[in-house]
Amino acid sequence: MTRRYSALSLFREGLAGQTGWKQAWRSPEPKPSYDAIVIGGGGHGLATAYYLAKNHGIARVAVLEKGWIGGGNTGRNTTVVRSNYYYPESVELYGLAHRLYEGLSKDLNYNVMLSQRGMVNLCHSSAEMEVGARTVNAMQINGIDAELFSPDDVRRVAPIYNFAPDARFPVFGGIWQGRAGTARHDAVAWGYARAASRLGVDIIQNCEITDFIVEGGRCRGVQTTRGMIRADRIGMAVAGHSSVLAAKAGFRLPINSYALQACVSEPVKPILDTVVLSPGTGVYVSQSDKGEIVIGGGLDRIPSYAQRGNLPTLETVIAGLLEMFPIFGQLKLMRQWAGIVDVVPDSSPIIGESPLPGLFLNCGWGTGGFKAIPAGGTLLAQLLATGKHNDISRPFDLDRFATGRLIDEAAGSGIAH
Amino acid sequence: MQLFPCPFCGPRDETEFHYGGEAGNVRPDGTDVPIDRWANYLYMRGNPKGTTREIWVHMNCSEFFVMERDTVTHKVLSSTALSGEHAA
Repeated sequence: MTRRYSALSLFREGLAGQTGWKQAWRSPEPKPSYDAIVIGGGGHGLATAYYLAKNHGIARVAVLEKGWIGGGNTGRNTTVVRSNYYYPESVELYGLAHRLYEGLSKDLNYNVMLSQRGMVNLCHSSAEMEVGARTVNAMQINGIDAELFSPDDVRRVAPIYNFAPDARFPVFGGIWQGRAGTARHDAVAWGYARAASRLGVDIIQNCEITDFIVEGGRCRGVQTTRGMIRADRIGMAVAGHSSVLAAKAGFRLPINSYALQACVSEPVKPILDTVVLSPGTGVYVSQSDKGEIVIGGGLDRIPSYAQRGNLPTLETVIAGLLEMFPIFGQLKLMRQWAGIVDVVPDSSPIIGESPLPGLFLNCGWGTGGFKAIPAGGTLLAQLLATGKHNDISRPFDLDRFATGRLIDEAAGSGIAH
Repeated sequence: MQLFPCPFCGPRDETEFHYGGEAGNVRPDGTDVPIDRWANYLYMRGNPKGTTREIWVHMNCSEFFVMERDTVTHKVLSSTALSGEHAA
């Protein structure tokens, strides 16, 4: 019976023919009521359940997932972890996530394969270089590691970039964050699921929300395809489908849903040892631990709930990639996919109570929800446990769209929204 | 590659079009508009999964029009010139 992962358990299971491993998380039947319900079994939802149990001692929690856990955007991203944002509010938020990621494998007893290989945001003109210097200053003042890279520095970390004199996107320098990198996205979902389940959280898959139960003006539970489940505190972390659930609950959100697509090449030997983002081409790229070149780009141009992405955007992304790295012209693309993202006017997430009391929001992460999973989970858990904002989540409340105090991170988010 | 129907030019490549927002989102009139109404107009969206009515512009002819479209299947249901009635 081996539940905890360690060198010793690996050794023991090796001797025992790998027959003693237990399932990583339980699959119980839903109970009629819980202390809290989390809608959405992606990274944010599973993290919320884990921190509810770990930080607040609330373990009578159900995670309700309409498909399978980690089958939405958690499995459809490009696995980049970073905190190179501009505004202090964003730095607090993504900085929290980044710090938690650094200790996550140990905390969860699950290797999320965080690989801090660094990330460079390229500058392609002297004007972009000035903005880059300003961003580096802002990051350093806010306590985030940042360095202004010269062309030689960029050449050192990404020697295969197109530095030719006639390159369409010449390198004037870049913004470097050395602590940035990638993590194994499925492992983040599975690690949180396993750790939450061990603390008593019920993870219920194939359970879709059909309606909300509203009594006395408050949200008291949900109707699902697996029956009615009651709780006085409900959080939703359903990136891409936040508007759909909001409509069931009777309100609207400042969100448009778009497909964001990415693709990977066949695996090749190690050739790119960092994450490279070019605002000029709108493309970012890294090499996975398996050797695949992981390529991401901008949003599709058409509001969509179709998880597939369209050809014109893919062509733009690949054209941009080949301007940056002509050597990649030899690669074959292996897979292409898209996730549906919540695009908000100021490119910052929404964390806080919804217009329906008792129902709390974690949405609007746009193109960058993966890197924020530990923070999104921590903050939604605190809201569910206490009903009150953490200082870090307060600026991201839905009320900012009425007060006008927006946090316009269109630049920090890296990809045009 | 999808073809979108411009009511003026006929079926054209999707890259010639730009999304202009949900149809029926009317700017509040007057000087005494409550902030909730402004926020509603500026930011809140229905963002439906399924059939939706949207304003699009065909960038080649610069004409705005209303397109009814399914956001899951991407099937276009109708495409009509923008009139006062459609904008409302």
